Amino acid sequence: MSTDFEPRIIGFLCRWCSYNGADLAGTSRMKYLPNMVPIRTNCSGRVDPTHVLKALADGADGVLIAGCHPGDCHYINGNYRTAGRYPLMEKLLEQLGLEHGRVRLEWISAAEGDKFAKTVTEFTEQIRALGPLDWGKQFEAEEAKTA
Amino acid sequence: MADEKIAVYFCDCGTNIAGKVDVDEVVKWAAEQPNVTVAREYKYMCSDPGQDLIKTDIKELGVTRVVVAACSPTMHEPTFRKAAADGGLNPFLLQMANVREHCSWVTEDPVEATEKAKRILSAQIHRLPFNEALQPIEVPVNPDVMVVGAGIAGIEAALKLADAGKKVFVVERDPSIGGHMAMFDKTFPTLDCSACILTPKMSALGKHPNITLMAYSEVTEVSGYVGNFKVKVRKKARYVDTDKCTGCAACTEACVVQKVKSEFDVGLGYRPAIYIPFPQAVPLKATIDPAKCLTLSKGKCAKQSCVSACGPGAIDFGQQDEQVELDVGAIIMATGFELFDCEREARYGYGRLANVITSLEFERLSNASGPTGGHIVMKNGEAPKSVAILHCVGSRDENYQEFCSRVCCMYSLKFAHLIKEHLPETEVYELYIDMRAYGKGYEEFYKRLMDEGVHFIRGRAAEVSDVALAPEEEGRLVVKAEDTLLGIMRRLPVDMVILSAGLSPRRDAKEVAQTFGFGCSANGFYLERHPKLEPASTMTDGVFLAGACQYPKDIPDAVAQAGAAAAGALTFVNNPTVKVEPTISYIDPEKCSGCHICVGLCPHAAIQFNAEKEVAEVIEAACKGCGVCVAACGSNVPQQRGYLDKQIFAEIEGALAL
Repeated sequence: MSTDFEPRIIGFLCRWCSYNGADLAGTSRMKYLPNMVPIRTNCSGRVDPTHVLKALADGADGVLIAGCHPGDCHYINGNYRTAGRYPLMEKLLEQLGLEHGRVRLEWISAAEGDKFAKTVTEFTEQIRALGPLDWGKQFEAEEAKTA
Repeated sequence: MADEKIAVYFCDCGTNIAGKVDVDEVVKWAAEQPNVTVAREYKYMCSDPGQDLIKTDIKELGVTRVVVAACSPTMHEPTFRKAAADGGLNPFLLQMANVREHCSWVTEDPVEATEKAKRILSAQIHRLPFNEALQPIEVPVNPDVMVVGAGIAGIEAALKLADAGKKVFVVERDPSIGGHMAMFDKTFPTLDCSACILTPKMSALGKHPNITLMAYSEVTEVSGYVGNFKVKVRKKARYVDTDKCTGCAACTEACVVQKVKSEFDVGLGYRPAIYIPFPQAVPLKATIDPAKCLTLSKGKCAKQSCVSACGPGAIDFGQQDEQVELDVGAIIMATGFELFDCEREARYGYGRLANVITSLEFERLSNASGPTGGHIVMKNGEAPKSVAILHCVGSRDENYQEFCSRVCCMYSLKFAHLIKEHLPETEVYELYIDMRAYGKGYEEFYKRLMDEGVHFIRGRAAEVSDVALAPEEEGRLVVKAEDTLLGIMRRLPVDMVILSAGLSPRRDAKEVAQTFGFGCSANGFYLERHPKLEPASTMTDGVFLAGACQYPKDIPDAVAQAGAAAAGALTFVNNPTVKVEPTISYIDPEKCSGCHICVGLCPHAAIQFNAEKEVAEVIEAACKGCGVCVAACGSNVPQQRGYLDKQIFAEIEGALAL
């Protein structure tokens, strides 16, 4: 694995908590690694497993989903749906040959700018340690084997 | 879609963005991206000339989609959407790329920041061709307002709204309104009598034709949205018919249970089992404490003397809690604070050493309506010859609360003055870390106290003990502290110690915030929408904050915020309708298989199953746009306007395009 590997990460941030937490990290001028591009959704419950698959298939090395803490959801319980869906998705990704740790779910409130900054940096380092995700190649190898 | 004309505007934000991101490079790059007709840099996009750029380009270049790369959309999305609309473009055909909060401010390296800015921008450039013109949904507004909590902040907000002609429901948990301010003796720095300035407002609230006061009541459930909240309130049983009760207090004198610790006197005095918390209570109605009343707790009271004492026959042991439903357009939260629990700070001996008291206890002690009739005395009834006031108990302390409680320095100075006024011969020691006298007239008050013979010792007290090491310490309390100005350790023998306790969030602040659909800050107080510009609003449209529930504050600040919250509520309820975001879900009946999955998942019960057509249907007025149904459907049939799958997919593609 080359040491200058820069992971590409997509972060789905819920609009009410985590997106604002990211804003707070900004207004507080907290520095974190630049590898994650945020995508805003109204609720973490809007994040469809296909969004995660799409990101990984299109070249992301990792995906972060961040929403309000349990009980704090702006939509009463949307984040409980996320929490319920997430383990199933992890299983699916495992079956697709994805290493554990490329997708992460975090609860980050609008007041937790520091947690947001730390999470992004830690997650980036984690993905860096896992190395690039070359899904296309993996499938090609699988196909070559079966052919 | 391929012939969309996208205009890209990149804001320097002075040096906030341009100081880190190579704006020229990003703009040059952006101009070459698919569908981009024009890419411009401007110093301040939010300025009028900046907004004019958007309007002009829409008109002159026929721009059909706009992306503004600038600050957070939370900040200026409404600004730019309005500019687009003024230029003749549907506002939902504009996207913001957050390259300030999410990029320039948080990235160390300029090259990396420039690259990240491109990726953030690219996501929006890719998304825009899939954006659709949307129309905001207009819903009618209920003009009534609910105020939760009736201390000084809640009272002020309710009166302002009621005077403006709005119908106001005031829900207060305790039997009387008034909150902490009703318990205080004097107010700093003017030394106004607290009750004298508060009680006229309390009685004005109680009598106001536009105010419905629901004291001894709690909000149990809130649903709906701005302009249309539905609130369930539990009116706790007082076991007294308030229509009949005249507040004469004959029952309280007649009650056989007289020794219940009074909440109003913070346990220093007693009240009967049937009680009126204090003489100026509003509403002036008796309440039976069901845990202490013999009839209610034990099933028998030989005398039931309250019943015979009550002329109008208001006592009703069979009374039940009552559920009330309210419809309101806006809500003001004014639930206040609690005093820091001084027993947690064990080294100061509160609860163990008799003459260590809290600041709130001192308020009652020096108050003429208090348990000692305003005499500052120790537990043995004698006046103290020396008093130490310990600042920052529970505040500015990483073990408990990191924040400064803002009012303790000033009320401690007030205490010193009151002690000197009542007991001129008594020595008073103020043990402080820093003296924070920041308000109008505060520094002057501090100076005045220095001339009144109060001893100021700069140092946080280490311990309060009753172990005497010298004859003059026998039978007294000893405060150990480092005098950081003299650089020596001191032992101060005193007769009384007052703990200047910090202000804590209400124990149930988090649950209450959840009930109303907003959050709490890391320190436990309610979270405001913006720390500078919207300190009186919450993330939930139509729900506002006033007073110490948002952060510790003194009376003038609480009153000022109450005014801001009232004005905030008025901006909604003064209009017949409110526009809500049209980013809600819709279901194509042609594609829905009627599997029911989304129906049960919707948090707002906004999806109904149409049994006749065998499809799920979205009730537009109830949908709040979380998108849970979209993600849950196995066939991706529900879609969320503004957050369509194809829009999110395009954003992902754009973010990963380079």
